[in-house]
Amino acid sequence: MSISIEQVNKRFGNFVALDNVNLAIKTGELTALLGPSGSGKTTLLRIIAGLEQADSGIIRFNNEDITGQHVSERGVGFVFQHYALFKHMTVSENVAYGLTVKPKKFRPSKAEIAKKVNNLLELVQLGWTADRYPSQLSGGQRQRIALARALAVEPKMLLLDEPFGALDAKVRAELRRWLRRLHDEIHVTSVFVTHDQEEALEVADRIVVMNKGRIEQDGTPEQVYDNPANPFVYEFLGNVNLFHARVKQGQSSIGDLQVPSPEYTNSEEQDGLAYVRPHEIDVFNLPQPDAIKVKLDLVTIVGPAVRLEVLAESDQQLIHIEQPKEQFKQLNLKQGDTAWILPRYTKVFLGEGI
Amino acid sequence: MSQSAARSVIPGFGITLGFSVLYLSLLFLLPVAGLVLFTFKMTWPEFWAAVSHPQVVASYKLSFLASFIGASINAVFGTLTAWVLVRYTFPGKKIVDALVDLPFALPTAVAGIALVTLYASTGWVGHYLDLFGIRVAYSEIGVVIALTYIGLPFVVRTVQPVLADFEKELEEASAALGASRLTTVRRVILPAILPALLTGYALAFARAVGEYGSVIFISGNMPYKTEITPLLIVAKAEQYDYNGAAAIGVVMLAAAFILLLMINGLQWWASRRG
Ligand SMILES: Nc1ncnc2c1ncn2[C@@H]1O[C@H](COP(=O)(O)OP(=O)(O)OP(=O)(O)O)[C@@H](O)[C@H]1O
Ligand SMILES: [Mg+2]
Repeated sequence: MSISIEQVNKRFGNFVALDNVNLAIKTGELTALLGPSGSGKTTLLRIIAGLEQADSGIIRFNNEDITGQHVSERGVGFVFQHYALFKHMTVSENVAYGLTVKPKKFRPSKAEIAKKVNNLLELVQLGWTADRYPSQLSGGQRQRIALARALAVEPKMLLLDEPFGALDAKVRAELRRWLRRLHDEIHVTSVFVTHDQEEALEVADRIVVMNKGRIEQDGTPEQVYDNPANPFVYEFLGNVNLFHARVKQGQSSIGDLQVPSPEYTNSEEQDGLAYVRPHEIDVFNLPQPDAIKVKLDLVTIVGPAVRLEVLAESDQQLIHIEQPKEQFKQLNLKQGDTAWILPRYTKVFLGEGI
Repeated sequence: MSQSAARSVIPGFGITLGFSVLYLSLLFLLPVAGLVLFTFKMTWPEFWAAVSHPQVVASYKLSFLASFIGASINAVFGTLTAWVLVRYTFPGKKIVDALVDLPFALPTAVAGIALVTLYASTGWVGHYLDLFGIRVAYSEIGVVIALTYIGLPFVVRTVQPVLADFEKELEEASAALGASRLTTVRRVILPAILPALLTGYALAFARAVGEYGSVIFISGNMPYKTEITPLLIVAKAEQYDYNGAAAIGVVMLAAAFILLLMINGLQWWASRRG
């Protein structure tokens, strides 16, 4: 089922939570709504579900306008951050709920419901919890039950609001891989909210980056990561170093370093900001042409990687660098030494940035 | 220390238990024991005669039935009141909220007189009910109304906080799964408030069984008809028949205890899940 969101606005009092949002989601895609806290992700998801009404704008499912439809008629599966399992029902009663509340005409028989519940519990690998109460399960298990419950009614789409937000890092990573595999198995159109860029990059077919109620960029994880549309997206998707740059006719100069900026071929000389990711900087132990001379201020080894904090000799700017440990070892450098660095890849945005 | 391993992690358990037992004994068990002791002065036939006199039996029926009906009415309307107070904002909400506690604060005799004034066939409300041939004052209905009035706060005040804490997401989850509003209330909200509702029900019932002041004015105290058991006990005591009064009191106590135990059992069953 495709989703189309057209010019949706939502205010809470004077606060603009969604500012003219337009978005089209294709059938079978797993889309991540990514953005900082308060950017309107949950609000958008709830409007798609029908749990919240937009002030203006249209929502279509498969081109059909369902803006005024009640949540109970939209046929969406919704998974909440805090599971929202019914405490007084067992796991299997929870999963069966959506089927047992159907009008008599459409309700499957008891045996059919039991069979379906069993299959779903197998799907989420929790068959053995059928007779337990939610309070007897771990957070990760509860969330998988919540997912099974949402899937029981064969929803046209699955909407998940920070489904793994309340879980610890390891369980989170496990569950998101599991969600990805599950999606590859059942291919239901899914939208999930997260403020964890790693989660979005790893799991989603498509990432929608939101900020202050607006969509900043919308594309595949690779597009969004490699070609951020603007400084906000660049900064939000991972750590970044910022350098002052002068841009003129397709060239940007960062200190003595010249980098090509073909997108600004026709521009007058003006200020810009150069964005360089920490792992896209080379480090040398000998002078190199154009390289920036720096002092190694702090060397931290984090598992297989080395994180460097270096100070540029010219203006004492702090620069973060990340390297594989092996590579750094071969340089024979240690804290306090002098080194030379060269950005491998730079993205320049005009203006003074954000 | 080897001993400490077996101790509870909650400190002061021994002290609090000891204090509770002492407190309950002084305030509750001693008077009850005194009551029971009184009846020991009677022979078994005397006791039986006192507690099984038809007039007394009629009063048991009225007391327990009217209390049961009153508590049931409160269960329904008290829950509704709690719902309205939690879920809606309307002008004067704070005042309504405060009014709920009034039956606690008002001396019961005052409440009784007020109810008579309202419901007597010349009163504001009774006047109109009279037109339909409904007599409230000096009838069983009057007893039920008085017992409903004094029990209302219990249900409202036990259900209200549970409803206020109820997660909105559970209702939303139910709706997203296709449930109608009514189904959500019946299958998700009611089960969640049921333990609190039963507590309120038990309190309202217990209070109604023991109620005296507000009932005697409106009931008219007609023997075999509108006489409640507490009134009989007082009447006997006033005639210095302390043994007879104690005997009826013991029966009432036992019956109330058994009924409350049953309600508690129900409540335990309801809250055991989840
Ligand atoms: N019911 C509401 N009443 C008033 N303001 C609201 C309400 N719901 C959301 N908001 C506001 O709208 C903004 C967007 O909220 P939303 O929940 O969509 O953010 P979010 O992107 O999901 O953030 P988070 O990552 O913290 O969950 C927030 O600033 C929030 O304070
Ligand atoms: Mg949110």
